Amino acid sequence: MSLSEFLNMGGYAVFVWSSYGLTLGVLLINWWLPFQQHKQNLKKLKRQYRQDRKRNDSSS
Amino acid sequence: MTPARKKRLSLIVLMVIGVAVGVGFALQSLNENIMFFFSPADIQAGKAPANKDFRVGGVVVDGTVSRPGEGLTVEFDLTDNDSTVKVKYTGILPDLFREGQGIIANGRLNAQGDFIAQEVLAKHDENYMPPEVMEAMKKSGQAMPSMNRNGI
Amino acid sequence: MGSPPHFYRFAGRWLPWLTGIFAIFLIVGLYGGLVMAPPDYQQGESYRIIFVHVPAAWMSMFIYMVMASCGIIVLVWRMKMAEIVLISSAPVGASFTFLALVTGSLWGKPMWGTYWVWDARLTSELILLFLYLGVLGLYGAIDDKRVAGRAVAILAIVGMVNIPIIHYSVDWWNSLHQTASLTKFEKPSMPPSMYVPILIMALAFKIYFVLALFQRVRAELLYRERNSRWVEELVQS
Repeated sequence: MSLSEFLNMGGYAVFVWSSYGLTLGVLLINWWLPFQQHKQNLKKLKRQYRQDRKRNDSSS
Repeated sequence: MTPARKKRLSLIVLMVIGVAVGVGFALQSLNENIMFFFSPADIQAGKAPANKDFRVGGVVVDGTVSRPGEGLTVEFDLTDNDSTVKVKYTGILPDLFREGQGIIANGRLNAQGDFIAQEVLAKHDENYMPPEVMEAMKKSGQAMPSMNRNGI
Repeated sequence: MGSPPHFYRFAGRWLPWLTGIFAIFLIVGLYGGLVMAPPDYQQGESYRIIFVHVPAAWMSMFIYMVMASCGIIVLVWRMKMAEIVLISSAPVGASFTFLALVTGSLWGKPMWGTYWVWDARLTSELILLFLYLGVLGLYGAIDDKRVAGRAVAILAIVGMVNIPIIHYSVDWWNSLHQTASLTKFEKPSMPPSMYVPILIMALAFKIYFVLALFQRVRAELLYRERNSRWVEELVQS
């Protein structure tokens, strides 16, 4: 089987490859978004704790 | 389990049963609409609606597919191994359309009792196999994989 | 497992491993489905969509059952972790439902001759997508997250009624969709060269669900427990 034959998928290339592409795309997005969310949450909390400590130090 | 938890759990079970029974009755009363298609036997028995579009499902009878005249018009007999109805259709057929294939046509009956379809969909069964296996089965005279329970 | 800091660390330790195992299963499954499996005698190469379509459809129902089970734990035992697992499963389940619908539609166009029909199987799967979106919407609409957790638990449990309807829709009613090729109790109506890649892909998707869930649970835990001692220690260190 040649590569072009494989890519052609018996004439159903559009349907087969868009199915696979979409699946991989959705899985990737679903993996990446919470990964970023987690990183951002960590950063946000770090900043917040620093501010809280500063406020506590200056008030005491 | 504490009594409070037991009570909450039984409330949940009651809720689910209640919803299930409600949905069950609703589906029961809608049953006719959920049936995706009628069979040629249903048409013979007069169960199919007149003067209204509906779907008919069956198997394309071997050797009946003909193309009268030019263009995309095609005629074929559709059967459920009980009754047969003649289907006329003008348009593009799905790739799976062939003799012996289960199909579903959407349209209505004309005065002659022929089914004038606006749309033809192919239905396939749950059997998958490589082409070589199919060839071998044909050669050895083994039966075709059975069509599914719906008769198509 | 019920304690947030413990779960957070546990999930963090397992994430890289799960990602690696998932990648291996995915590559093997894709190779088996796209290269090794023979074409179908009727549908030719187009049936290869089955290797993503069927596992995605299985996952759409499996994740819903996970969500509904968490719902029962939330309502009966009032466990906070179950609430978080419930709401973190919803986006992953919705994604798989979406994939099952869209890949099915891309398969239906060349084979059936249509992208969409309102038959029982397709319609009940679409309702499943709406149930997932309903859970996400309801959770977002209520500010008090403890109240929101209980509200979505009820919705998730009630929606469970739809699962057997999806599963048996092709047996109960005439539909355009074919009946199941792979069931627990009967001989599969396809050769191993076709069903083994489906099972490998299904396993890959299951592992993916766990890792996507862990990822989301960790993010959610940090946010929800931001005022607690362990999060502060974790962030400061």
